[in-house]
Amino acid sequence: MSSPGAGLRWDGPAILVEGVHKSFGSVQALRGIDLGVERGRVLGVLGPNGAGKTTAVKILTTLLEPDRGRALVEGRDVVRSPAAVREVIGLAGQATAIQEELTGRENLDIMGRLYHLDRAERQRRADELLERFDLVDAADRPAKGYSGGMQRRLDLAISLVAEPLVLFLDEPTTGLDPRSRLGMWAVIRELVARGTTLLLTTQYLEEADELADEIVVIDRGVVIAAGTGESLKDRIGGDVVEFEVPDRSRLGDAVGAVARLGEGEPAVDADSGHVAIRVGSRGSEALVETVRALDALGIRSEGLGTRRPSLDDVFLALTGHGAEACEDSSTGEPARSRHGGGAR
Amino acid sequence: MTAVTAGSVAALDVAPPPLADQARRGVSDTLTLTRRDVMIWGRNPAFLVFVIIQPVMFVLLFRYVFGGAIKVNVPGGYVNYLMPGIIAQSAAFASFGTAIALARQIQRGVISRFRAMPMARSAVLLGRLIADTLRLLVTLLVILGVGYAVGFRFENGFVPAVLMIVLGTAFGVAICTVSAFVGLAIRDEESVGSFGLIWLFPLTFVSAAFVPVQSMPGWLQAFAKNQPVTIVVDEMRALALGGPLTQHAWQSALWLAGIVAVFVPLAVRAYRRAS
Repeated sequence: MSSPGAGLRWDGPAILVEGVHKSFGSVQALRGIDLGVERGRVLGVLGPNGAGKTTAVKILTTLLEPDRGRALVEGRDVVRSPAAVREVIGLAGQATAIQEELTGRENLDIMGRLYHLDRAERQRRADELLERFDLVDAADRPAKGYSGGMQRRLDLAISLVAEPLVLFLDEPTTGLDPRSRLGMWAVIRELVARGTTLLLTTQYLEEADELADEIVVIDRGVVIAAGTGESLKDRIGGDVVEFEVPDRSRLGDAVGAVARLGEGEPAVDADSGHVAIRVGSRGSEALVETVRALDALGIRSEGLGTRRPSLDDVFLALTGHGAEACEDSSTGEPARSRHGGGAR
Repeated sequence: MTAVTAGSVAALDVAPPPLADQARRGVSDTLTLTRRDVMIWGRNPAFLVFVIIQPVMFVLLFRYVFGGAIKVNVPGGYVNYLMPGIIAQSAAFASFGTAIALARQIQRGVISRFRAMPMARSAVLLGRLIADTLRLLVTLLVILGVGYAVGFRFENGFVPAVLMIVLGTAFGVAICTVSAFVGLAIRDEESVGSFGLIWLFPLTFVSAAFVPVQSMPGWLQAFAKNQPVTIVVDEMRALALGGPLTQHAWQSALWLAGIVAVFVPLAVRAYRRAS
């Protein structure tokens, strides 16, 4: 059986998105997105819930058609040749393709059949993937009994059965505990080392920074920044010193005292008494200075500490507002509360 | 990232695969998903309760609890009257499994994932329908076995008996298409659990499946006499026990064809929207 587009040669970028718009009723999920990913590179698409990440992935994986603009995957147009796109992509992420009643091996075998691999090839791929994703011991147990991390690994393995040229991972670690997240990162890094082109969506700056060669930040359906993780962090201003002032009447004094310690104005939330100061790379020095400054005025603080910049900080720096979730039920991404989008 | 100018590159011109290849893939994908769905049923403990224990319980309840109080005029008495009815009722109730399974797969994202794969799109629904038809056949044969043990006999010869089973199965498949639509339209396992079965009670019980329609109040008879379950069950009874065949035969065929003609397009549309 011949695959559509199997013998065709394509020298352009693995993923090319030009001016893509998509609306659901009155909600504009994507408002003119441009993306390009060279072969073998990893693009991290960073944004809060409702930003349009999942919509973009759905368009690139032929699950949705764009209203305007075009999207090519390995040169195949997602609207004109969706069948040819499906031949070269893999998809994993929030939604799962695992059938819980079946064992890991059976799940892989069924997927192999659906990709029309012959018996020997299916067996070879299943063995290889189980080995690679550390699932050999669990291979013949029903997936129902797998841990969250094991299920995600199996799901990723399933999406690799046909050795796709381009892989889409939609929030691959959302909902995983920190240890399983590290495990997923290791697996994804290995994949990338083998030269798979990867587009990864995430709400975590840390994750994008860790895995992606380049990052685009999207907000409310448009790209608001693009670059390497380093260049984004430079724009945000590096580390953040933060604390809360329980006595609201002293909040003004506290902000005044620490204002000169950071780069730019401190971010102050008058309701919670929360203060955040961007301090570049001098995290620990600035922390000590903050303690002294507050002490000198006799201001009591809570939760004082430094942290790496989060998605909230990226958004604050880029847009002036926090990583607020858009009310956008049609993208399938549940709305989340403010301050919920950051990797803390 | 590449600097991209709009329309800078022309997309590859991909010819669709030959029709013969597409057809071969469609068959292969459908069989794969049938196989998958059958495997899943086999692993599910609820399967045993739903497919075997519950229908058998209905047979025994009606045969021994209600049966004595229901007067019918057919050769062999109530157990012979009951069996075609309970086969139709079990076939209809079995379709609940179709609705649940489809809603569950949509909810978990399995169907979205299938749709991003190079497989025939019709295979998900067709494979499900074939697997559920096999499951239905198991149920019907178990019921018939129990029926024989409690006194039921075919009175009209072998070929009509087989035709009765075929008609019961066809009826189950038709109701399956309705349930497929229900599951795909509601898309939520819990809601399907609540609503997927409820409509089947009036449909199967307000009919000639368990009691003669004449025993119902007049206003209910109007519905009971003319609804598809009664038409199909009367035809199944005629096949199993003897009696005039032709009128209910074409009425049954029309009903089943009508249900399929309405609900297959509806189910396919709901399926397309479900990604």
